[in-house]
Amino acid sequence: MSSHLHAAPIRVPFFSRGTWVLVALMAVGFCFAVVRFTKGIGSVTNLDDQWPWGIWIAIDIACGVALAAGGFTTAALAHIFHREKFEPIVRPALITAMLGYTVVVIGLLADLGRYYNVWHPMMPSMWSGHSVLFEVGICVMFYLTVLYIEFLPMVTERFRGCVALPGALRPLNGFVEGLLRLFDRTLGRIMSVFIIAGVVLSCMHQSSLGALMVIAPYKMHPLWWTQVLPLLFLLSAFCVGPCMVIFESILASRAFGRRPEMEVLGPLSKILPVLLFFFISTKAMDLAVRGQLYRLADGSWQSVVFLVEMGVGFVLPFLMFFSSRVRRSPRLLFTAASLVIGGVVMNRIDVFLVAFRPVYAEKHYFPAVGELAITTGLIAFLIFAYRFVVLNFPVMHVEGAASRQGKEAHHA
Amino acid sequence: MDRRDFLKTVGAVGVGIAAADASASTAVHAPPDALGVLVDTTACIGCRKCEWACNQVNKLPVQPLEEFENKAVFAGMRRPDAGNFTVVNQWPRQEHEGNVWAMVLCLHCNDPACASACLVSALEKQPNGAVKYDPWRCMGCRYCMVACPFQIPAYQYADALSPEVRKCTFCIERISAGERPGCVEICPVECLIYGKREELLTLAHERIGAYPGRYVDHVYGEHEVGGTSWLYIAGQPFPSLGFPELGEQSPARITENIQHGIFRRFIAPVALYATLAQVMWLGSRKDEVAAAAEREDHHE
Repeated sequence: MSSHLHAAPIRVPFFSRGTWVLVALMAVGFCFAVVRFTKGIGSVTNLDDQWPWGIWIAIDIACGVALAAGGFTTAALAHIFHREKFEPIVRPALITAMLGYTVVVIGLLADLGRYYNVWHPMMPSMWSGHSVLFEVGICVMFYLTVLYIEFLPMVTERFRGCVALPGALRPLNGFVEGLLRLFDRTLGRIMSVFIIAGVVLSCMHQSSLGALMVIAPYKMHPLWWTQVLPLLFLLSAFCVGPCMVIFESILASRAFGRRPEMEVLGPLSKILPVLLFFFISTKAMDLAVRGQLYRLADGSWQSVVFLVEMGVGFVLPFLMFFSSRVRRSPRLLFTAASLVIGGVVMNRIDVFLVAFRPVYAEKHYFPAVGELAITTGLIAFLIFAYRFVVLNFPVMHVEGAASRQGKEAHHA
Repeated sequence: MDRRDFLKTVGAVGVGIAAADASASTAVHAPPDALGVLVDTTACIGCRKCEWACNQVNKLPVQPLEEFENKAVFAGMRRPDAGNFTVVNQWPRQEHEGNVWAMVLCLHCNDPACASACLVSALEKQPNGAVKYDPWRCMGCRYCMVACPFQIPAYQYADALSPEVRKCTFCIERISAGERPGCVEICPVECLIYGKREELLTLAHERIGAYPGRYVDHVYGEHEVGGTSWLYIAGQPFPSLGFPELGEQSPARITENIQHGIFRRFIAPVALYATLAQVMWLGSRKDEVAAAAEREDHHE
């Protein structure tokens, strides 16, 4: 499947000034994590009986899963719908998804009061098919496994024929080499099964994540509470997937001093008006059908938040992506993609926190320093790990291959 | 990979997913002999002895009975928390001088949203009516707290090792042994009546019918969110006593209908898988044909 792709580890020094900033943020987050695991969730968060969920759910989990959607959307485009010109962005998107979901799971462990019971949903005696969260949990678990399997070809490419374990592990060299060769021979043949499974699992849990809050109709603001939340979450995941790819690709090209892959990103952004149209129109129709449109003009702060979310986060970039000037300019394309990412992040925070109204609310929730520090630390760790992987594994495509594929795309 | 291999692997995965269908269970509905408690708020004198008895039975931070004679706590509205499974609140009496009191605790829903939300079945509706919590199953995700329409489950946020979701247990050990719940046992004015839910409903309507001037015609918990094991009757509308106004459908039905609709026998995910596999295979065959044509062009 990777026959068109010439990917290689990026040759830049691992530690830059930015990397040290990440290390510092991770260290701060780690200190708060130590407090959380020794003194309890209450010691570092503003969570209480009114506000059981905070930013660890809204950002670490809900936004984390949404922003990792680039993985399955590009895999579907390039491998299932055979848009081979998108091949160069599949691996970076896959790595983002793999590391993103890993961080989601780490973030989950911080939020779970009994984190050591995290394996319980796997036990048949505890299976709870009625629970939306059960479905999310099982899908995320399987999808994370699929992502690591999809990562294996990059490991075999990198180390096959040059396994040289240090010191005491040296006797294992032959075994590891054999294992890599076995993977190399078999993986290509069965990878389709995992690629499709990854797309199906993603569709399942991206939507179920939206179904989570449907169970709290009496505690949610009617602008956001709707039975079609699962569909809205799925459609917005479709929108944000390609936007994350554009965002990351342009950011990475700056960080590593490479040319932006506009010949791939331009065509990719052409599908965004369609995807955004589906999301915006579903959202508008839902408000109309439920007779809640009038709330947009009621002047409440929630209505303002809703209008900003939809207007700046979705409608504005929707209009921008129509323009070929935007699609050709790295700066404008980056701006439009960032707006959608901001819109989806805002949407997830709105659904899980802004729309949430405890029955007996005595106060508003705002994240504590500890919550912010751990979330920031996790994001820093994600970027740190991404840098490590693209510097050590064949993830980013090689420059020469890009122009050749760009030409192919033009011919087609 | 040729077509046959491909279809074989796709089929195998499909069968695997279909086998996992066994996990889709049906929800617990109002058990036929569910027990309950009828709270006649018009009889309550606000003595707070139920709070004291609750703390005794559930081994909550035990305080001397005199502590509970302090009426200063009525100044504000209190909520149950991890150390108090029930609290009595005082409300101004409508159209008369004086106050009325209402105890707050888990109502033990017939179709509990908390149990529907729980992904490890740590919360389950028992045949005797109690919604029981099993800390050994619990992961501490607190989704039950998000789901509860009465905002009842509380959490031990200060416990780093084994925090629990805390709420009224309906004194499940006592009622299983044939005893009455602690609060019912101690109530000096028979404001709390313990029995089968069905019989309590009849009793509640009899009282309302017999004394229309004393009660509003509403048994709170008869229909709210699918009905609850604990029932209340009162002399004034329930919102004025701090009760939320809720519809007749349990929130659990809404999500479970969506969930079971999408995942019924895993038809939708398997169909999606099969469709994507078909698209992928057709596309790759087209590519192969194109590649073969290109090769022939080169030969010529």
